Amino acid sequence: MEKFTTLTGVAAPMPLINIDTDMIIPKQFLKTIKRTGLGKNLFDEMRFKEDGSENPDFVLNKAAWRKAKIIVAGDNFGCGSSREHAPWALLDFGIRCVISTSFADIFYNNCFKNGILPIVLPQEDVDKLMEDAERGANATVTIDLEKQVITGPDGGEVAFEVDPFRKHCLLNGLDDIGLSLQKADRIEDFEKTRETQAPWMVPAKSA
Amino acid sequence: MGKPTTLFNKIWQSHLVDQQDDGTCLIYIDRHLVHEVTSPQAFEGLRMTGRQVRRPEATLAVADHNVPTTDRSKGIEDEESRIQVEALETNTKEFGVPYLAMDDIRQGIVHIVGPEQGFTLPGATIVCGDSHTSTHGAFGALAFGIGTSEVEHVLATQTLRQSPAKDMLVKVDGDLPPGTTAKDIVLAIIGKIGTAGGTGYVIEYAGEAIQNLSMEGRMTVCNMTIEAGARAGLIAPDETTFDYLKGRPAAPKGATWEAAVSYWKTLKTDEGATFDKVVEIDAATIIPQVTWGTSPENVAPITGTVPNPAEVTDAGRRVAMERALAYMGLEAGTPLTEVKIDRVFIGSCTNGRIEDLRAAASIAKGRKVAGTVNAMVVPGSGLVKEQAEEEGLDKIFIEAGFEWREPGCSMCLAMNADKLSAGERCASTSNRNFEGRQGRGGRTHLVSPEMAAASAIKGTLADPREFQ
Repeated sequence: MEKFTTLTGVAAPMPLINIDTDMIIPKQFLKTIKRTGLGKNLFDEMRFKEDGSENPDFVLNKAAWRKAKIIVAGDNFGCGSSREHAPWALLDFGIRCVISTSFADIFYNNCFKNGILPIVLPQEDVDKLMEDAERGANATVTIDLEKQVITGPDGGEVAFEVDPFRKHCLLNGLDDIGLSLQKADRIEDFEKTRETQAPWMVPAKSA
Repeated sequence: MGKPTTLFNKIWQSHLVDQQDDGTCLIYIDRHLVHEVTSPQAFEGLRMTGRQVRRPEATLAVADHNVPTTDRSKGIEDEESRIQVEALETNTKEFGVPYLAMDDIRQGIVHIVGPEQGFTLPGATIVCGDSHTSTHGAFGALAFGIGTSEVEHVLATQTLRQSPAKDMLVKVDGDLPPGTTAKDIVLAIIGKIGTAGGTGYVIEYAGEAIQNLSMEGRMTVCNMTIEAGARAGLIAPDETTFDYLKGRPAAPKGATWEAAVSYWKTLKTDEGATFDKVVEIDAATIIPQVTWGTSPENVAPITGTVPNPAEVTDAGRRVAMERALAYMGLEAGTPLTEVKIDRVFIGSCTNGRIEDLRAAASIAKGRKVAGTVNAMVVPGSGLVKEQAEEEGLDKIFIEAGFEWREPGCSMCLAMNADKLSAGERCASTSNRNFEGRQGRGGRTHLVSPEMAAASAIKGTLADPREFQ
């Protein structure tokens, strides 16, 4: 996983609430067996018309936001399906941070596994960042994960919260399977205890 | 006696493998369901790091999203779909994971197969790379959807890193009126608390109306818990649960069964335990529900009208509502029973079980699907299909003009050939009415199996109570 330390870029405003993972990456693109290459279909049905041409009204098709690295979105971003294809598509497009008042749980978890930082802020901060984002290419935003601060185009700062362990993993690009396997002894102990205390939970050898 | 505790907390505590100083927990995962869409990258990850599946026997794989619901003898026509299903076959073989093949009678939607096989048990932690894993909470199991990186984590370690959730109680007291169903209960709850109302919570459902539901009805309620944003739904196991499970292939047997049941009986929230949030609903007030928009929270009683955005004060909600009505091609104020439909879909992990098919068949029996409507029934599994055929439900549907298909996820998310065309309107027993969910430009109204059948016959959204 790529580290996340600081990020400077243009933020795309998406003031819509309940942007679901079907919108982020529609199901016809879930047939891939790879993690990469989904960026070209990010927000496919909003970004492209039925004939495949670009929808000029969609924010990521406008000159100012074509290279956006951040999305500022309405409430409950990433609701719906658990598809990790959603953060994969965002990452592949070049989005490394999403800012909203709230995120759906599974999407939120999935972001951290892919080097994307989801930031939850109060409505008034999101409103301000949304206004900044509307200004487009001349209005870059900087996110410093170590300091937990967003610096807006006018130099204004907004602090944000992040779980310390997740922050540590993002800053260092850590694979948490490796970390969990360091607890293999404890996992084994747990399984042994269950064999005697909850034998019904020990699965039969065939389905 | 310790401090009174909630059902969620009991299950959580009994699965703690490790807790870090910062509060992050490592919890043990008892059962892992796997399907073809969210697993290939996880198996690839194992291969690249040289890791094995820690407990293959605690894992069960089945292809459901991409499988055709028409004749399967020639395999899968769509190349990408075929490759994805073949990848699951290869991966499960390589890593020794039990796999139910497409021609196995037990094949079906993963959340229907798990309970059917007795793979789902009370008090277990169950995960799957699929948000509707919440279904299994109906058994008093802590069951939730995970992403593909987490699928890989569970395959490799049989654990997950998680933070504890908050506790919410949704209490549904009173008697459900005739013609209303488990689907109407859960749609009414989502309408009340919103699609983000449950974010950060595990919801325990209780109250008479929940206790009186069959296991299948309970599964419908827990299935759509994710549509309220909650991590999981839970219903305390009781005799209904034990009766359902007894004798199922993977359920415990003999003395182990007896020991299991006596433990499962302790799996309930203690008297005096507190919840972070409590929501109460009177079942008697629930009218058959239907969605009018593009979020499951956009729900109304079938006796109502399409709502008016002008009456919404919150700007964000108003804009979303205007967008939804434009997408759905609906005018504010239109009575819902006047909305004409083109398609009907009966199936999915929400409503693809035998009782759902019986309920729909009871309305379809001796009647005809409207000439302007294409209607299909997709059983949730091969075993559901077999049972339905033994009961003659297939004949009732076919005579009424429904198509009778092979099991799978089908038009719930349209990853196989079953999909809506742009502008087509569908009464669907599935779980999501998002833009494009059932096909680009397709318009979905979420309904119960009874309402789906009634709508097929009328050619408009219809109140199933008229047919009873």
